[in-house]
Amino acid sequence: MVDFWFNYIWPVAWIVIKIVAIVIPVMLSVAYLTLAERKIIGGMQLRKGPNIVGPFGLLQPIADGLKLFLKETIIPSGASRGVFILAPCVTFVLALVAWSVIPFGDGMVLADINVGILFLFAISSLGVYGILMAGWASNSMYAFLGALRSAAQMVSYELAMGFIIITVLMCVGSLNLTDIVMAQKGEYGMLNWFGVLMFPMAVIFFISTLAETNRHPFDMPEAEAELVAGYNVEYSAMAFALFFLGEYANMILMSGMTSVLFLGGWLPPVDIAPFNMIPGPIWFAAKIAFCLFIFIWVRATFPRYRYDQLMRLGWKVFLPLSLAAVVIVASVLVAFDLAPQV
Amino acid sequence: MSFIRRSVGSVFLKELVIGMSLTLRYLFRPKVTINYPYEKGPLSPRFRGEHALRRYPNGEERCIACKLCEAICPAQAITIEAEPREDGSRRTTRYDIDMVKCIYCGFCQEACPVDAIVEGPNFEFATESREELMYDKDKLLSNGDRWETELGQRIAADTPYR
Repeated sequence: MVDFWFNYIWPVAWIVIKIVAIVIPVMLSVAYLTLAERKIIGGMQLRKGPNIVGPFGLLQPIADGLKLFLKETIIPSGASRGVFILAPCVTFVLALVAWSVIPFGDGMVLADINVGILFLFAISSLGVYGILMAGWASNSMYAFLGALRSAAQMVSYELAMGFIIITVLMCVGSLNLTDIVMAQKGEYGMLNWFGVLMFPMAVIFFISTLAETNRHPFDMPEAEAELVAGYNVEYSAMAFALFFLGEYANMILMSGMTSVLFLGGWLPPVDIAPFNMIPGPIWFAAKIAFCLFIFIWVRATFPRYRYDQLMRLGWKVFLPLSLAAVVIVASVLVAFDLAPQV
Repeated sequence: MSFIRRSVGSVFLKELVIGMSLTLRYLFRPKVTINYPYEKGPLSPRFRGEHALRRYPNGEERCIACKLCEAICPAQAITIEAEPREDGSRRTTRYDIDMVKCIYCGFCQEACPVDAIVEGPNFEFATESREELMYDKDKLLSNGDRWETELGQRIAADTPYR
């Protein structure tokens, strides 16, 4: 019995505890990301943003969540019931599953698998299924058009993202996310050859993540002026909330990915006394918060792309640029003998 | 040269950086939001809000039932019935304003020879039913009693410009 406890039940329970320890902060961040978004965009438009519910409006996300929770989930009579309900679940679950390979600190990772970055990339690509299913099952032309746009857009920008990830992999020589972070540890913190070489890639990657998460200025799928709300137009209450949570969890995930690949994950930006005293997870959270701020900042600044401009940027600018980046990075690595020795 | 400058600008995302620095500067500017139920914006003395029927300081109602307001009302929102009172003076027996029909043009106030019907500063008179917006004489007179201080000040402030 004791053996059974230590060999089977305790490891499973430990994993469950770790999962809860990841999921709850992620969900809380999602909730407060919505508040941060409203506050920051409000600030940039010279408004105050929500400030009534609780001090500084801090209870606003809870009120919003409660409202959505108490509403009725309406399933349109023309909809395909099963897929209609499955779609938000898929989006939400996929947005959470990817967190299993993200390293929050040295060794603080749920699944330290050797193909971490591939897993992350695969999961983020699967996200398009939730949206496609929603658009298809809703049996509404607005939702359908939104889903089509979303699918085309996510596929287009994944190519550029893939090539950028390849440049990172060439510099690191490993697919393991922990190794990728450790490879960015230079003598002067982040200011090493890796950071300098990778900075333009980071910019392209970040812009691609904007398109990948269907955020401004690439939020074609929910262009509310033309498509009402895009793929989630028929959803209400909890099903809508799941989409919303999934979308924002995806934003946080993409920010985490950017931090891991380019901003040095949990490493302090400069490895000197006051900075390296702060524990890794806090640095990681700070870097994610920085990326999220840019997400919101971009939304407050730029108008929406037209659909053909969006496709042009993806296929005629980012794809050649990232292909060229692969060649250039490879050449630099060979020329200066920087390639990782495996 | 200009081609090179443009190319360099687009490679380094010059326009995007300019735009984003602008929004970042705005983030730290003082906010223009007025916390509405707690703070309110300034109102002109000519603001045309909820109607009121005024009285003279001795308590006698000003309205003499000349029906000029009823005649001029472009929305035909005012209904007046009048007959001589016991002391022989001409007074209204009925003075109704349909606040749903009213377009708040202020013509009734302009037409009134005795400053009886006025549009006051109050704009927060939303109700839960249509019926409550059919104002009768009692309601209008009680409005006048409630807002008399402000109404007097507004008329005094605006008189030099009329």
